[in-house]
Amino acid sequence: MLQFQLWKKLLVAAIAALGIIYALPNLISTNNSAAFLPGKKINLGLDLQGGSHLLLRVDIDAVRKERLENLGERIRRDFRTKKIRFNALVVSDEAVSLQVRDENDRAAAQQIFVDLGNDYSTTNDGNAYQIRFNDAGLALMRTRTVDQSIEIIRRRLDPEGTKEPIIQRQGLDRILVQLPGVDDPEAVKRLLGRTAKLTFQLVDISMTAVEAEQRGRTPPGSVLMESANDDGYNYLIEKRVMVSGEMLDGATATFDQNNRPAVSFVLNSNGARRFGKVTGENIGRPFAIILDGKVVSAPTIQSQIFGNGQITGDFSVAETNELALVLRAGALPAPLIILEERSIGPGLGADSIAAGKFAGVIGLVLVAIYMVLSYGFFGGLAVAALAINIILIIAALSALQATLTLPGIAGIVLTMGMAVDANVLVFERIREELGKGRSAIAAIDSGYQRAIATIIDSNLTTLFAALFLYVFGSGPIKGFAVTLGIGILTSMFTAVMVTRLLVVIWVERKRPTKLIL
Amino acid sequence: MRLKLVSSNTSINFLKFHRLAVLFSSILVAGSIGLFAILGLNLGIDFRGGILIEARHNSGPADIGRLRGELESLGLGDISLQGFGTETDILVRVQRQKGDEKAQIAAIQLVSTTLGDDYNVRRTEFVGPTVGAELAEKGIMAVVCALLAIMVYIWFRFEWQFSLAAIIALTHDVLSTIGLFALTSFEFNLATVAAILTIAGYSINDTVVVFDRVRENLRRYKSFTLVDILNKSLNETLSRTVMTSVTTLLALMAIVVFGGAVLRDFAIAMIWGVLIGTYSSVFVAVGLLSRFDIKRNDDDEAETPEYERS
Repeated sequence: MLQFQLWKKLLVAAIAALGIIYALPNLISTNNSAAFLPGKKINLGLDLQGGSHLLLRVDIDAVRKERLENLGERIRRDFRTKKIRFNALVVSDEAVSLQVRDENDRAAAQQIFVDLGNDYSTTNDGNAYQIRFNDAGLALMRTRTVDQSIEIIRRRLDPEGTKEPIIQRQGLDRILVQLPGVDDPEAVKRLLGRTAKLTFQLVDISMTAVEAEQRGRTPPGSVLMESANDDGYNYLIEKRVMVSGEMLDGATATFDQNNRPAVSFVLNSNGARRFGKVTGENIGRPFAIILDGKVVSAPTIQSQIFGNGQITGDFSVAETNELALVLRAGALPAPLIILEERSIGPGLGADSIAAGKFAGVIGLVLVAIYMVLSYGFFGGLAVAALAINIILIIAALSALQATLTLPGIAGIVLTMGMAVDANVLVFERIREELGKGRSAIAAIDSGYQRAIATIIDSNLTTLFAALFLYVFGSGPIKGFAVTLGIGILTSMFTAVMVTRLLVVIWVERKRPTKLIL
Repeated sequence: MRLKLVSSNTSINFLKFHRLAVLFSSILVAGSIGLFAILGLNLGIDFRGGILIEARHNSGPADIGRLRGELESLGLGDISLQGFGTETDILVRVQRQKGDEKAQIAAIQLVSTTLGDDYNVRRTEFVGPTVGAELAEKGIMAVVCALLAIMVYIWFRFEWQFSLAAIIALTHDVLSTIGLFALTSFEFNLATVAAILTIAGYSINDTVVVFDRVRENLRRYKSFTLVDILNKSLNETLSRTVMTSVTTLLALMAIVVFGGAVLRDFAIAMIWGVLIGTYSSVFVAVGLLSRFDIKRNDDDEAETPEYERS
């Protein structure tokens, strides 16, 4: 155990040197002066650098409902053009159902259903038909909706592409968003909290909304819609969409002629043509600007409008900025539901790092004092190994670009306490051997020899605990598991190799015949 | 002169206290289960769902009394307010709101509006009911799987008796830690699960060190009785056990005092774990071994592991 071949010595030295090189960037405060070093800084978790972690669920059911409603309309149209008579076309959450009146039309109806495409399956009971999404169609819709949502979220949260958010699909219908360095998490939630479906539709002037409410029935082709201002005011709106959000070419926050915050928009050529046509035909009539199913405002058309216009309403400047941003980014295909949120302000993160560092230094000093008091010179060697151990942990975290979280800092501090254990095992063993009257070198030799099996056994079992923390943990807990696991591996290395090498060098120099430990 | 908390040549008859330890541990475990059943755990939002907001007063100490009144009048149900770490910092916990996730988000906004401009919101955590249930499930899975894996490993490296004794000792540690949380109503959250697993890791580490020595002494001292061997092994490893416990406790104390409010509960749980883990290695794990009939003459079977041959 006391023979160290030269290549082993060099290997240990090389690993320690690599550790120092990879750990160094973390000591340099600026980002760019470390260009000559190969490594990067440790990746700080959101709880340390501040930021927002959001777990979102894409409301697929809403999309399915919408798609089925469109499907219902299409079937209605197709039946009419083919002159097939039908009854009771109903769109439920999961299916479109209808009744073909004449048995002889069934073949023609079947053909219409086949022409709908591969995404649907049709079942019938006599003349009663049900059309629903099949599994493949559902899966395709889910994938597309989630992928589109991710794209829109990225455009909304990171319009300039500089913030490096992590936006990932998780499971079937979930999206994980990790956005570092957020000052106002509420703003993030507002940005994601609306689908931002914008449409321009004409106001139905055949009767007032109040009349329609009293009748309990709206004219065909029109619906009642709430005002966005929460004033309980309703509008009677024609269902036909003049212009929708996809036809926008741009949107910016601005002020209207009365100096109130507003959003100005530019339509693309298709949108401009349609808008121009409808506004030209309807001068003097009001049209409604509808955002997410609510009427933002309903100005009267003064003159024909083509390429651009303004959305005014009861907005603050911040609201127009956000509205312009979400309109530019595009509408979400489905509403997002926030399942989990963890937002940390940058101040708290910095405080946590400072407290963690301070606790680490104090812990290290306490352990060092105790080790030196207990084992003297050998204790000093163990402390040196402990310092190398900490450097190696930092280096490994930097090199792997693992995320250091607040519980991770606790893991490192805890490792300091536990890392000396391997050395303690060896030293105690050496003491025992000395107690049996062995010579210094023999005692050191057999001390190491006997302790190593114990060290490996005990550390491997702890490694299992860390492994399961990693597999089942989430967020900061995963970070803790990584630091704990790395800490176990590096502390085994430093105790078995580094301390032993230091002891060997000492033995070779001094050739001690007597040893007091 | 060396600092020695334990002299090198102790000969304490640990197993004499075995009956007492069995009694104590039984009361501890039964009491823990009882406390858990009666008081339950103060589950954090990780598992129960709900809202947690940490805020700091911009100038001077937080006015907890006034704020409490205002928050309670919001009608958000069970809402708790406490100082957090320093006198300027507060922690608001709001129970899970009736209704869907949107109701929760609305409640967060309501609380931040009530805190007003005097307070700077430093942390917002919200866990919806679906995710809470999943996190709880994962937490239980992590603890159970870790215990099983440790059991299999010990079985593989030692005899089944060792494995059984170790797993009983570990379960003892885990249950009594849960009992501590029920008794003190410390918040039980994801970090606590991490603490429990680390406690399990620490405790098994301790146990394995003693077991290793027992195995070695079983081979070496064939004429000794099992009880003598166990006592001898405990005494031989005692100074290491104490040494490692003290260094770990020193590091943990540093976290408790200087590590900030978020880590404090975690470190306190760990300190308890180090104490109970050390106790259980000595008195529960080894104590149980003394009751088992351990096969002795297995020199031929017990292969020396490769790394032990020099």
